[in-house]
Amino acid sequence: MDDFIAARSQMALSLGFHIIYSCIGMVMPVFMAISHYKWIKTKDPVYKNITIAWSKGVAIFFATGAVSGTMLSFELGLLWPGFMKHAGPIFGMPFSLEGVAFFIEAIALGFFLYGWNRLNTWFHWVTGIVVGISGIASGILVVSANSWMNSPSGFDFVNGKYLNIDPLKAMFNEAWFSEALHMTIAAFSATGFAVAGIHALMIYRKRNVHFHSKAFKIAIIFGAAAAILQPLSGDISAKGAAKRQPAKLAAMEAYFHTQEYAPLVIGGIPDTAAKKVNYGIEIPGLLSFLVHDNFKQQVNGLDKIPVKNQPPIAVTHYAFQIMVGFGMLMMLIGVLYFIALWKKKSWFDKGWFLKMFIWTTPAGFIALEAGWTVTEVGRQPWIIQGVMRTSEAVTPMPGIQYSFYLFTFIYFTLSVFVIFLLKRQIQMVPELYDR
Amino acid sequence: MLYVVILFLFAAITLYFLLGGADFGAGIIELFTSNDNKHRTRKTSYQAIGPIWEANHMWLIITVVILFVGFPTIYSEMCVYLHIPLLIMLLGITARGTAFAFRNYDAIKDEKTQGFYNHIFVYSSFVTPMFLGIIAGSALSGQIDPSAKTFAGAYIFSWLNWFSVSVGLFTVALCGFLAAIYLIGECTEVYDIKRFIKKAKAMNIAAVVLGALVFLASHFEHVHLADWIFGNLLSLAAVIAATLSLVLLWFIISDKKNKQWIRVLAAFQVSMILISVGHTRFPRFVIFKDGSSMSLLTDHATGKSIDDLGIGLLVGSLFILPALGYLYYSFKKKGNEAIEEH
Repeated sequence: MDDFIAARSQMALSLGFHIIYSCIGMVMPVFMAISHYKWIKTKDPVYKNITIAWSKGVAIFFATGAVSGTMLSFELGLLWPGFMKHAGPIFGMPFSLEGVAFFIEAIALGFFLYGWNRLNTWFHWVTGIVVGISGIASGILVVSANSWMNSPSGFDFVNGKYLNIDPLKAMFNEAWFSEALHMTIAAFSATGFAVAGIHALMIYRKRNVHFHSKAFKIAIIFGAAAAILQPLSGDISAKGAAKRQPAKLAAMEAYFHTQEYAPLVIGGIPDTAAKKVNYGIEIPGLLSFLVHDNFKQQVNGLDKIPVKNQPPIAVTHYAFQIMVGFGMLMMLIGVLYFIALWKKKSWFDKGWFLKMFIWTTPAGFIALEAGWTVTEVGRQPWIIQGVMRTSEAVTPMPGIQYSFYLFTFIYFTLSVFVIFLLKRQIQMVPELYDR
Repeated sequence: MLYVVILFLFAAITLYFLLGGADFGAGIIELFTSNDNKHRTRKTSYQAIGPIWEANHMWLIITVVILFVGFPTIYSEMCVYLHIPLLIMLLGITARGTAFAFRNYDAIKDEKTQGFYNHIFVYSSFVTPMFLGIIAGSALSGQIDPSAKTFAGAYIFSWLNWFSVSVGLFTVALCGFLAAIYLIGECTEVYDIKRFIKKAKAMNIAAVVLGALVFLASHFEHVHLADWIFGNLLSLAAVIAATLSLVLLWFIISDKKNKQWIRVLAAFQVSMILISVGHTRFPRFVIFKDGSSMSLLTDHATGKSIDDLGIGLLVGSLFILPALGYLYYSFKKKGNEAIEEH
């Protein structure tokens, strides 16, 4: 395997796993705090049990997320020293603040997990909230660093030199808001659907139904609301990409030829040699409308971008289709949930209704991974959009493939363990949490 | 502001050593405990580090962030030439952190899986500080050779040499020593206190022997460690202070009233060693084979990045330090009652 490909694969793999751990680690504390609040207010012990059961999950994911995050902070340098040498001082601000937020999260988690019966009830509750807030803040800050790579700002690039560095301007780059919004909502919908799906399965199997129903409700309300809101933030993101990264947008849509009344292509197999999409469904004018708010205005296609500056088209296009597809599915299910909640209570006892949530347990995370693929692959061949190529950043050390194999092994082992531990947690619900 | 950032860098390294290092030490102690007593050691160390262990390891993240934001060339050069030891250290951190969390949060505590987590935990507790030490040793050893022509010359012998390895072993012994000292104060039973005093003494002897090995190895590898330390007033004073504190420590270690004092002395001793080594080569942070070096005073990010980083660290510490202090207070001073988790 080529060293450059190995380095990219290792980075993709590490981020791909870290995203799952950290999204769960940042959203679960919010669920936990809601259920904790309900326990304090209603004194219904089932809420306390749910809080404790969830906090075990949070601890497992936090530990895994913390170590995989530590690995990433080193991998940036181990794999991309050429990038970090220049980018470190520019986009380091969000990382420094993320370090602070993460530290506070670790402290608050220590209080929360070990604070039962030791701390004042409300102080204890607040420590849980702090875990959630600092987790979300960490997520937003890291995404802001990524958005800088997509829309670099806060420096002048003159003759290969990075001058007049302004870290704050780099942090609040043009893309940070749309990316942070899209990612945070995605974290809530993915985690909400995943957690709800697991509890739905337990309800379906008639195990501890009262316990699992309450847990299901907290998770799915967040998941469904986030899924319904997500297309709006997606629209902001797509418009931003059209403006700042036309190559990425064109690759997402597999849109080869610049034209007026630009069509939106749904599905299909891009043929890069023939510059067309086979078997796709074309809706004329819709892409123009989505990008410019009118059906006529011209949208720039891949033909305006030199081939050496184009991202891999097929991967970006497929990933984008997968993300949108699963996103739409979740939005639909979210709407059905709210209909059931307000109008059709009887659905909650129906097998098909529960099955719908069981089947969509992984949907949010599939969409999330696909979305990251769009962002990262769609930015190629650049590591800093328009400034530095990924190939210029890679480490000179040969043999990266072995490191990649090692990381693959580690991440798969870790995931197997996390799943094993979660299964045991769920298996022990009747004995430990819902006696 | 540059000096503020450098101060934070050294403070973060020292705190990581004193707190994270002691966590590693708890695993090292467990590794060197007889099977009959392993369970007791595990229980005591869990009492000691359970609520605070995640926070202890955040100092490493702070260190890395300061390096890559403030001193990007130093960070990227280290990442290139010390890729392999950094990788092994990361594997150690991952294995250890997850094994520690998994063994506590596994809903079913059967012997087989617990035994598996314990194995991973103790061995990675040994390997990780060993490689942290190797990395630190390599930065000073002058074996990093950017002009090397072979893979081994550039990426292996940069860290695989007697000096770096003996620094690694010395680090392990110091971590074990710190942990044993800290754990004495966590015990309630005389039997355990005696055990940990014995461990602390053994680790201390190991540290002294391995420290001598470091000097010996430095001689063979042409690292002028003795000249550096003894030819520099502050470094010399720090070494003398470390030695004196050690002597005092041996005198009062068995006295029950001095639980807090022996901790302070042990932490003081280790900090003095770090200060001594850190100061002797300051501002050089990485020394290359041809004698050139990278310096904290010249190879740093330009003006605004350093200023913003400094402000970020100062503001951040306003949040972190009180919270951290309260965390330690709540679980260390306040409660000698067992830490119960639900």
